[in-house]
Amino acid sequence: MAGDPTKVDPIHQFHINTLIPIEVGGYDISFTNSSLLMVISVVLAGGFLFLATSSRGIVPGRAQSISEILYEFIASMLRDSAGSQGMKFFPFVFTLFMFILVANLLGMFPYFITVTSHLIVTAALAIVVFLMVLIAGLWRNGLGFFKLFVPSGIPVVLLPLVVAIEVISFLTRPISHSVRLFANMLAGHITLKVFSGFVVSLTSMGAVGFVGAILPLGMAVGLTALEFLIAFLQAYVFAMLTCIYINDAIHPGH
Amino acid sequence: MFVAKAYAEETGGHASTEGDAHTAGTEVPHGGAAQASFPPFDSSTFPSQLLWLAITFGLFYLFLQKVVLPRIGAIFETRSDRIAQDLDQAARMRDEADEAIAAYEQELADAKSKANEIGQQARDNAKAEAEAERKAAEAELESKLEGSAAQIEKIKDAAMSEIGTIAEDTASTIIEALTGGKTTKAEIQAAVSRARN
Repeated sequence: MAGDPTKVDPIHQFHINTLIPIEVGGYDISFTNSSLLMVISVVLAGGFLFLATSSRGIVPGRAQSISEILYEFIASMLRDSAGSQGMKFFPFVFTLFMFILVANLLGMFPYFITVTSHLIVTAALAIVVFLMVLIAGLWRNGLGFFKLFVPSGIPVVLLPLVVAIEVISFLTRPISHSVRLFANMLAGHITLKVFSGFVVSLTSMGAVGFVGAILPLGMAVGLTALEFLIAFLQAYVFAMLTCIYINDAIHPGH
Repeated sequence: MFVAKAYAEETGGHASTEGDAHTAGTEVPHGGAAQASFPPFDSSTFPSQLLWLAITFGLFYLFLQKVVLPRIGAIFETRSDRIAQDLDQAARMRDEADEAIAAYEQELADAKSKANEIGQQARDNAKAEAEAERKAAEAELESKLEGSAAQIEKIKDAAMSEIGTIAEDTASTIIEALTGGKTTKAEIQAAVSRARN
């Protein structure tokens, strides 16, 4: 590798590189490293769940136990927040959780791009959730869905203000929903890269640098553990918020 | 200039370095008109990301919904069925055990009552026998007593009649001694019998 090793670009890891160029109607829809990671995530997650449950054991093995725990985890989360009627959305929430979780975790591998560190991906997922909630809410409750914006027991004087706040908070949901995941993944990976960069920069400065590099190395190790936690946590938070939003579609009255 | 360099690196395999902070490794499509500084906000990659997200996520969703989730659901169902079945069997077995215990208790009670009956019978027999013996002994004693009483009566009667004679003799003798007179035997007899009664 040519170049100056003391200069590390923490943004470099987020670059989308074309692997197979495809262009249709003026749009660049190339198969990129991001696309590859999406495919790997899906194949890995789907393959694991498929193979783990193929024996259909009454007494589950280790892999089957993991699948069942994941299933129960999401099912109870959805049932607790949206009730048994919300279970219609279970396949979607489960897919969402598995996709984000595996994409986040795969992003921890060196040279793997983190699919969810791109705002367009998280925004697309959040908008799908938003539209699904909106359509399902209108479908199930008709105009009664708009009771969501009118909390009961509010004085009439305050009503316009409260309704305005409720409407704005509803409309900004996809933004907070998507930026939360995107920013967490982006910031975590940048921080990790910056501290790792310090290690590289310091060690190139000789003996003093080697000693000085111990601290950022420790930080990088600690941050790696933290990032694994965040990878899971953000997938959980995304799925959890989706469950809460689905509850609004089913039970719009506060 | 940067663009050209980056493009050259791109086409030259994976020679991109981390050194060129601004350009290295950047996807520069079609002459690099859109040279974004920050990849997540580079809108030229959006169509590709959206399309591939839709494809992968959609297929993943279909696969999970059609294959994996029903399968895991079926596993849970089979398991709960099996557990219910096992519980049923356990309940049936417990009922059988209860029945066996009841039968055993019944038999035990029967045997006990039978034993009681036999014991009672033996006791009754012994009692009856003892009673009969006692009655026989009593009867014998009674008859002996009666015989003795009759004898005593006889002796007493004999003695009584003797008493009459003795009294008459004594009376006649006393009268003779006192009065010197004679009394007839019939008079004395009448007087004695009067006095005795």
